[in-house]
Amino acid sequence: MSKQVLAPLPGVFYRRPSPAEPPFAEEGGAIEAGATIGLVEVMKSFYPVEAVEGGTVVKFLVADGDAVDADQPIAELT
Amino acid sequence: MPWMRTSRSPSSRDPMTIKTLFIANRGEIAVRVIRAAKALGIRTVQAASEADTDMLAARMADQVVVLGGAPAAQSYLNIPAVLDAIRSSGADAVHPGYGFLSENADFVEQVERMGVTFVGPTAETIRKMGDKSAARAEAIAAGVPVVPGSTGDVADAQEAQAVAREIGYPVMIKARAGGGGRGIRIAGSADELSSLIPQAKAEARAAFGDDALYLERYIPRARHVEVQVLGDGERVLHLFERECSLQRKRQKVWEEAPAAALPPTTREALCESAVALATRVGYRGAGTLEYLYDEGTGAFFFIEMNTRIQVEHPVTEMITGIDLVQAQLRIAGGEKLWLSQRDIQAKGHAIEVRINAENPDRMFMPSPGTVSALTVPHEDVARFDTMLFAGYKVVPFYDSLIGKLIVYGRDRADALVRLEAALDGLQIEGIATTRSLHKALLGAPDVRAGNVHTTWLEDWMKDRASDPK
Repeated sequence: MSKQVLAPLPGVFYRRPSPAEPPFAEEGGAIEAGATIGLVEVMKSFYPVEAVEGGTVVKFLVADGDAVDADQPIAELT
Repeated sequence: MPWMRTSRSPSSRDPMTIKTLFIANRGEIAVRVIRAAKALGIRTVQAASEADTDMLAARMADQVVVLGGAPAAQSYLNIPAVLDAIRSSGADAVHPGYGFLSENADFVEQVERMGVTFVGPTAETIRKMGDKSAARAEAIAAGVPVVPGSTGDVADAQEAQAVAREIGYPVMIKARAGGGGRGIRIAGSADELSSLIPQAKAEARAAFGDDALYLERYIPRARHVEVQVLGDGERVLHLFERECSLQRKRQKVWEEAPAAALPPTTREALCESAVALATRVGYRGAGTLEYLYDEGTGAFFFIEMNTRIQVEHPVTEMITGIDLVQAQLRIAGGEKLWLSQRDIQAKGHAIEVRINAENPDRMFMPSPGTVSALTVPHEDVARFDTMLFAGYKVVPFYDSLIGKLIVYGRDRADALVRLEAALDGLQIEGIATTRSLHKALLGAPDVRAGNVHTTWLEDWMKDRASDPK
């Protein structure tokens, strides 16, 4: 069954902790419940995007650096 | 403008050479720039991201050009997109506001290469004053005091101790690659210094990939004071000083003019030092020289220059009666300074408080969303520089500053009374704001007495969190 990870706040979504570092999670990779899979920047503050449940990342639905709304699906897990 | 206390500008001025002004910014400062441009009969073109096409500045401008997507990297910081928009708009001048590209020398060079006027200093000045060690060297050459420190990097604990003996304890250990307060340690003695140096080196290497360290004397309980200057490339005048000691995470939250703690002779020396440094670099436009003031010894030290208009410029406008944004435009248009230092008199006291879309009760969590209702204080009570209107949706992509509430009184006590009335008269529904923080600050005896320093606010918040009344 597919599960979705949602944006906690509106803002800009980032897949990496900083431009020089690797992404928090890759498509096809396994993640644990509570894992951070990205960040949302809202008014110059950064908030983690956390997976409520563990699983395998099927697909990111938002590109790195794109705008997101609150509760917008960011990634699909199985 | 109704909020300007007086207008000392002579009634005659040179004809404005700028016909169309491009505003490469957003929010309240874009609104402020459009007001100034309109007062001078200049046509305005407002830049906007896709998220900002409905903002107040876009509604006020004669024309709007969309730069790109909502994230600043795709719009307000996207130099090729901004240059294209300037070109297509036919503007002959660009106002950068503050933040974004306002202190980007490469951008300034590209604007000027297009034959368009940049409202600000030259690219060379921006580059020089944006480089901390170059700015420090200019200050020393101009005879302006700087925070005593090592002339370059310190290699190890032994060298650090030798330097610290000269500059005096306590010292700050700073990472060359750090910034915004990151990687700073304070050592009160030689022993402490020798144990902190290896730690600081390892941490700087891990955090910045560069383990170079330097030392500066640490000034506890310093006040942040700054001097406003205007230059025309040849002559520089000061418009007195501001005090901005109330800061959270190195962001100013409350600013005043004048700095009431300064004795008159210190004020005079401070303002003269700012003129000396700005004159030395041939400064053009509006600029601010920032200093630390050590109340214990009465000494002040230059820390950096901001080569742009600042958020807190209105408090200076209130006490001098000079419209700084109009002055920027007139200077950019080629006018030589129309004032002498004698023409600039400070009168009364002004306070500005920053209204941010943040929730002070929830660790200043950002609070974007729609403003369902808005009531602003009467203009006799306060000036409110803002981009808000009822129904406006505060977007999450940029700075949280949504307005600046500015009061003017005959003295500081009078300004505090007016600030209370102004805060009571400001109602913003639908989003959380920092208005309640300012109400609480108004009740703090240290704030009322002006007995504050740059870490006072964070200490006060910590005390309140552990001991709620």
